[in-house]
Amino acid sequence: MATTLTINGTTAVHDVSPATLLVDLLRDGLGLTGTHIGCDTSQCGACNVLIDGVAVKACTVLAVALDGAHVTTIEGVARGAELHPMQAAFREHHGLQCGFCTPGMVIAGLEIVRRHGSAVDESTIAHELEGNLCRCTGYRNIVTAIAAGARTMSGAGGETVDA
Amino acid sequence: MREFAYERPDSVASAAAAFAAGDRGEGGAAFIAGGHTLLPAMKSRLRQPDTLVDLAGVPGLTGVTRDGHTLWIGALTTHAVVAADPVVAAAIPGLAGMAILIGDPQVRNRGTIGGVLANNDPSADYPAALLALGGTVETDLGSYAADDFFLGMFATALGDGEIVTRVGFTVPRRSAYAKFRHPASRYAVVGVYVADTPTGVRVAVTGAGPGVVRWPEAEAALTASFTPAAAKGLVLGGDLNTDIHASAEYRAHLAGVMLARAVETAV
Repeated sequence: MATTLTINGTTAVHDVSPATLLVDLLRDGLGLTGTHIGCDTSQCGACNVLIDGVAVKACTVLAVALDGAHVTTIEGVARGAELHPMQAAFREHHGLQCGFCTPGMVIAGLEIVRRHGSAVDESTIAHELEGNLCRCTGYRNIVTAIAAGARTMSGAGGETVDA
Repeated sequence: MREFAYERPDSVASAAAAFAAGDRGEGGAAFIAGGHTLLPAMKSRLRQPDTLVDLAGVPGLTGVTRDGHTLWIGALTTHAVVAADPVVAAAIPGLAGMAILIGDPQVRNRGTIGGVLANNDPSADYPAALLALGGTVETDLGSYAADDFFLGMFATALGDGEIVTRVGFTVPRRSAYAKFRHPASRYAVVGVYVADTPTGVRVAVTGAGPGVVRWPEAEAALTASFTPAAAKGLVLGGDLNTDIHASAEYRAHLAGVMLARAVETAV
């Protein structure tokens, strides 16, 4: 079925079968392999993407159901070679070990700032990460990174992500 | 996931028609709202519909309104909206407190109240809230009182192709939900919703048995005294679940603990 999507700022019509999950279109159809498949059971958050600015698990949404939507994957978060403040904070604060969960964690961090603002406290961040699993158990630095990323986003004038 | 035909109607009537047309095949038709129960079930081939009718394009099925003593929530309203909506928080804070415990933030951005109720998973949270608050499920064909709606595991009074349009909750004097969550799935191992309503105290339990049930002994104890102390020591009876997560005996005791916590929050 012809499905119009704006993915990381580029609008195109994609021919997808109804049973195609968004994550499969992104990875297998478009080569955007930054969106990971961790559990495929809607639990781990490695496949988080932004749909019209809101974080969603791409393994649990049909591509055809998103006709007309704006999708932002981890590939669309940075501005060219310049990391988004949330990404820069993950690097600065060592918010990753093996890196598998990281794209989903960065998207979750953006979602946390969207809903709780840039002054969000660490206890709220820790609680809000309940839908993201890190098998390296590196949560401590992830929480620190998201808090720091949130503050920097505020300093940058509430920088958001272009959908 | 097996392939299927996808329909995206733009009205309740055309959705019902699309379901009827698609339901003739062997696999039948299914409605999809947020899809956060249905799609996992389709991936594991527990459900294999021939036709999927997406309700997301039907206008008028989202949003929260208060009409006197009734809070109405559109069937396609997400858990995230119910958890954050000021009208819900002012009318029934216990309901907002329940919604924030469903799944995780990403799941709450997609999952809907109508989808949960129509699916009636025996560990879902909304069935306990609807039953304890004595709510109403409105459909394209009529309406059901909560006491008549839930018919056991994954079974409801809804007919084939019947569409939930909105859900009404009578505003209680006070209410709260307490839930012991499975740490991975975040479904209720046991969840207890307590409501002090104009027509009496109502208590509903989810997760413990094959479907949501009212708990008459707890209702009697709380009618005598709406305090955590009155809930102390109560053990849930009936045919309860035993699985790798918890034994029936554990769930029976856990229900009493969740009951006391819910009352503590409500008072």
